[in-house]
Amino acid sequence: MADNDKIVAEKKEENRYYKWLASMIIPVLAVITGLLVGAIFMLAIGRDPVQAYIVLFNSAFGSLNGFAETLVNTTPLIFTGLAVAFAFRTGLFNIGGDGQFLIGYIASTWLGFFFQLPLFIHLPLALLGGMVAAGLWGGFAGLLKAKLGVHEVITTIMMNYIALYLVSYLTGGPLKASGFMPATPKIADTAKLMRLLPFGRLNAGFIVALVAAYIVYYILWRTTLGYEIRAVGLNPNAAEYGGIKAARNMILAMFISGCLAGLAGVTQSLGLEFRAYQPFGFIGYGFTGIAVALLGKNHPAGVVLGAFLFGILQRGSMLMQSIAGVPKEVIEIIQAIIILFVAAEYLFTLLSNRIKKYRKETSDVN
Amino acid sequence: MLINNIISLLNTSLRMAAPLILAALGGVFSERSGVINIALEGIMLISAFMAMVGSYLTGNPWIGVLAAVFFGGLVAAVHAFVSIHLKANQVVSGTAINIFAAGVTSFMLRVMFESAGQSPSVTKVKDWTLPIINDIPILGDILGKHTPFVYISLILVVFSYWLLFKTPFGLRVRSVGEHPAAADSVGINVYKIRYIAVIMSGLFAGLAGASLSIGLLDLFVENMTSGRGFIALAAMIFGKWTPQGALLAALLFGFADALQMLAQTMGLSFIPRQFLLMAPYILTILALAGVIGSANPPAADGESYEKE
Amino acid sequence: MHEDANFAVEMINITKRFPGVTANDKINFQLKKGEIHALLGENGAGKSTLMKCLYGLYQHDEGQIFINGKKVEISSPNIAIKYGIGMVHQHFMLVPPFTVAENIVLGSEPTKNFMIDRKKTVEEVNSLSKQYGLNVDSQSAVQDISVGMQQRVEILKALYRGANILILDEPTAVLTPQEVDELIDIMKSLTDEGKSIIFITHKLKEVKAIADRVTVIRNGKLIDTVYTKDTTTNELAKMMVGREVILEVDKDKAEPGEVILEAADLYAKNNRGLTALNGCSFNVHKGEILGIAGVEGNGQSELTEVLTGLRKLEKGAVKLKGKNISSFSTRDIIENGVGHIPEDRQKRGLVLEFTIFENLILGNHYKFPYAKNGKMNYNKIKASARKLIKDFDIRTPSENVMAKSLSGGNQQKVILAREFARDPDLLLAAQPTRGVDVGAIEFIHSKLIEQRDAGKAVLLISLELDEILSLCDRIAVIYEGEIVDILEQEEATEEKLGLMMAGAENDKAKGDDTDGR
Repeated sequence: MADNDKIVAEKKEENRYYKWLASMIIPVLAVITGLLVGAIFMLAIGRDPVQAYIVLFNSAFGSLNGFAETLVNTTPLIFTGLAVAFAFRTGLFNIGGDGQFLIGYIASTWLGFFFQLPLFIHLPLALLGGMVAAGLWGGFAGLLKAKLGVHEVITTIMMNYIALYLVSYLTGGPLKASGFMPATPKIADTAKLMRLLPFGRLNAGFIVALVAAYIVYYILWRTTLGYEIRAVGLNPNAAEYGGIKAARNMILAMFISGCLAGLAGVTQSLGLEFRAYQPFGFIGYGFTGIAVALLGKNHPAGVVLGAFLFGILQRGSMLMQSIAGVPKEVIEIIQAIIILFVAAEYLFTLLSNRIKKYRKETSDVN
Repeated sequence: MLINNIISLLNTSLRMAAPLILAALGGVFSERSGVINIALEGIMLISAFMAMVGSYLTGNPWIGVLAAVFFGGLVAAVHAFVSIHLKANQVVSGTAINIFAAGVTSFMLRVMFESAGQSPSVTKVKDWTLPIINDIPILGDILGKHTPFVYISLILVVFSYWLLFKTPFGLRVRSVGEHPAAADSVGINVYKIRYIAVIMSGLFAGLAGASLSIGLLDLFVENMTSGRGFIALAAMIFGKWTPQGALLAALLFGFADALQMLAQTMGLSFIPRQFLLMAPYILTILALAGVIGSANPPAADGESYEKE
Repeated sequence: MHEDANFAVEMINITKRFPGVTANDKINFQLKKGEIHALLGENGAGKSTLMKCLYGLYQHDEGQIFINGKKVEISSPNIAIKYGIGMVHQHFMLVPPFTVAENIVLGSEPTKNFMIDRKKTVEEVNSLSKQYGLNVDSQSAVQDISVGMQQRVEILKALYRGANILILDEPTAVLTPQEVDELIDIMKSLTDEGKSIIFITHKLKEVKAIADRVTVIRNGKLIDTVYTKDTTTNELAKMMVGREVILEVDKDKAEPGEVILEAADLYAKNNRGLTALNGCSFNVHKGEILGIAGVEGNGQSELTEVLTGLRKLEKGAVKLKGKNISSFSTRDIIENGVGHIPEDRQKRGLVLEFTIFENLILGNHYKFPYAKNGKMNYNKIKASARKLIKDFDIRTPSENVMAKSLSGGNQQKVILAREFARDPDLLLAAQPTRGVDVGAIEFIHSKLIEQRDAGKAVLLISLELDEILSLCDRIAVIYEGEIVDILEQEEATEEKLGLMMAGAENDKAKGDDTDGR
């Protein structure tokens, strides 16, 4: 019996490595499947997918400027991807990235144009202020979940639209700059994120994103807070039994998640647009963040890679449309397929079981 | 003048509520069986597009309705397969479908009509006039003449209530949403019931989509659902997962929408239109937080069922 | 031979494999018509697996099944039901918000004009309930009725579907000894009506009291089928475990010291907002094991949760070493010297997807040397984990293994190791031996006594009367959230406790002094 236990456990130990490998295989397979489906759509309308994907590749890697622009596209996705991943680790689904994005966007913009301060105060103020505002927006969903058991998926969806209409109201009303365009005034130079290259739009926001990824990693696996958050995410009952306040950690996790998604909006304003325009819908960074987090297996390093992949797709889609004649929406289709296949991981398990069973049957016959 | 405004307000409320009622009923079936369906938004969008295509290709809007319902069921079947069979996270699956819907409709729009933004005009479904009621003053003005979707949605509320609470099928749907293992133990096929319920939700959302592109309007506009699927989800929750509750909630949300439109056309600015647009979402959060009544989902909502 | 119509059920050479284990290895099982047949085995022996194969919940890999002499393939519960097999699950398969009648007819509802015929439903349920003397309240929601009635609903569910062969899975776990007697009567009257009954159990006494024949399974293998009248409990125990079992626990007389835990007039609500603790009072002393006996659902879970700060105390006071800890958080209670072995190790006790070393610090994870200034020190954590794995004989290749891949007994040892490592003044053990094999049970029992002999206080909450009777120095009986009485080990008998568990008071005046000394 004892030996048996040991053997079983050893097998599980081997499984860990197998699982680690499998965790790499599935995202890769999902991306390949996504690109194949995209190719089918292109073929169906008589376009050449090979040409389209070459354009896509070249747009990202063909020139330094193109590469820098890809990183610009990657930046917000790192933030929203981290936001989703971090909440996932606490067992929460933050589908409210788009709303938190908008809150960070408007709050940092307001801090940016309303105050006149020296750079070393103004930039951190706008950056952190916008971040915290979005954090509170996300934390509210955590509060409702922790105190009243309201499902965070529903709350965050609802709060996305509340944020959309709120920002639409502010940019078209109280915070509107004079003139025809529904947008806020421009922020002060002291609140702008510095550019990293003499040309293009790549700015310090990208650095902030990488730092954020490292901080998320450090929190989750090196601190007691991370231990508690992961315990709550995997088994809130056991966490409480161990003296961990599940409610407090849920609120905190949604706050941090909101902060991360908010930074996407903050860098959008402070690094790229320097003002907030009236939104007519969601850009969709929050939803893409879900794809990024899934693809990255909710690990910060995976998130950075996943964000980069989607950054390439987004950056390249415009050129694909103009050069290869493929509607740019094809990347949304690819993205959806990738999410479906990563989520339906079980499909691959089923398939591999089938194969194993088939092999076993054939070997039994022999 | 005032009375005319009120009449037109109520008339518009009903018109705006119809798609919400239909999609919310779909949500009721899906979630009562234990499958969260946030894909309602995407299903509506694809159906709205297919309704337009059906009408465009044949000139017969009812073919469009059929196409919408068919594709609604088809997309829902994908959601059912992924979340029931492959046991994927149901919210993730729904999200993927929503993204896919946005992408594929815009893609097809560009390919078919070489236009971004909107399709050409197509034949829409003709209004129905209720024989006697239309002649009654005031009531006739509100209720007498509408797109068929309004009347269909009201009939379907009654039908859904009957199906869910009076028939064996309804009892089984509710049992798999509350305690799938118990249902399984008496030989109810949990997967089959969930498949049926989720596909039904797609049929309903398909009708809702058609009611947008060939009922309210006569063309497809890019991303024309603009959150209506989520408002329907809200109506379903606000209505406590019952058809009759969903009806009342959808009417309330339709009213908020109508009020917002009226205020805009009359140039009234006593209350910013964005605040009215926000109302359904705020009310739903309040309902969920227990400020207005209480809302408890079916016990096994969102949980995939693993047969022993 | 196989086609013997005297057998209601005949299972021949049944083999069922799961990845890595053979749960049933060529098992033969025969149920005679009209008999009560016990299926006896330890937790994990494979008895439930065998019955799930019979009921169509599992598909066996090899072997044949005959029902009334006819060979059958049972691929789903539907087919089992068609062959007249009904199963009463250990965890009731009832839909809480549905009425009793709805639960009974679910899946085969009487209809009229496509609708459920409510009148006929109620009539049929009532007449069935009268016929078999199974009293139920057909219009109440299942969530509002007692556990005993829920069990009757489960039996009616099977009878409504025309079951002639009933499988009862550990049906007595939730009942008082007296309710068990009632159940025995019901079972006897069912066999008088021509039904055949299989009942799964790991309790030897019940086998003797109820069954005509018994089949013993050990480690997935058939040991033997015998007439109960020709055997003794000791023989059965030996067959079940595979060696002599010392049913008596060897321990010295307790030398109790001062009061460690004082629970005074506790009130608390359960998850549904109903009163679960209704003025519960008792003391636990240094150097003694106090047992809490009672039928499941009489407030035991809530009591544990209140004592450990996991549930709000509505009224009353909990004092630990004289300090009022009623409003303390779970963490503060742990810090004040309480160890807790939770009743559900997978739900509460472990984070299954954490490694062993991560589980071994749960509750101490923020303390030096495991952490400092909010930063974890995994080298220290792993070193301490390796030591505990050795000390508690946790069978695992390393500390990096996920908790979920350990066997039930080893999972329980992880919890034990963690809680003992805290060196608590009070150890709260709730169902510490539930679902583990005899070896682990003996280990856990010896550890509890070790703790007592080291001068610590132990509070043992258990549904197993035998465990309570053999381990505890004093025994408190809980009924509907109140302590009915506290008995010394010498004066406690199963009959006395049984009556008290059903709410009958002991002859001693109640509530005079909660200490019983």
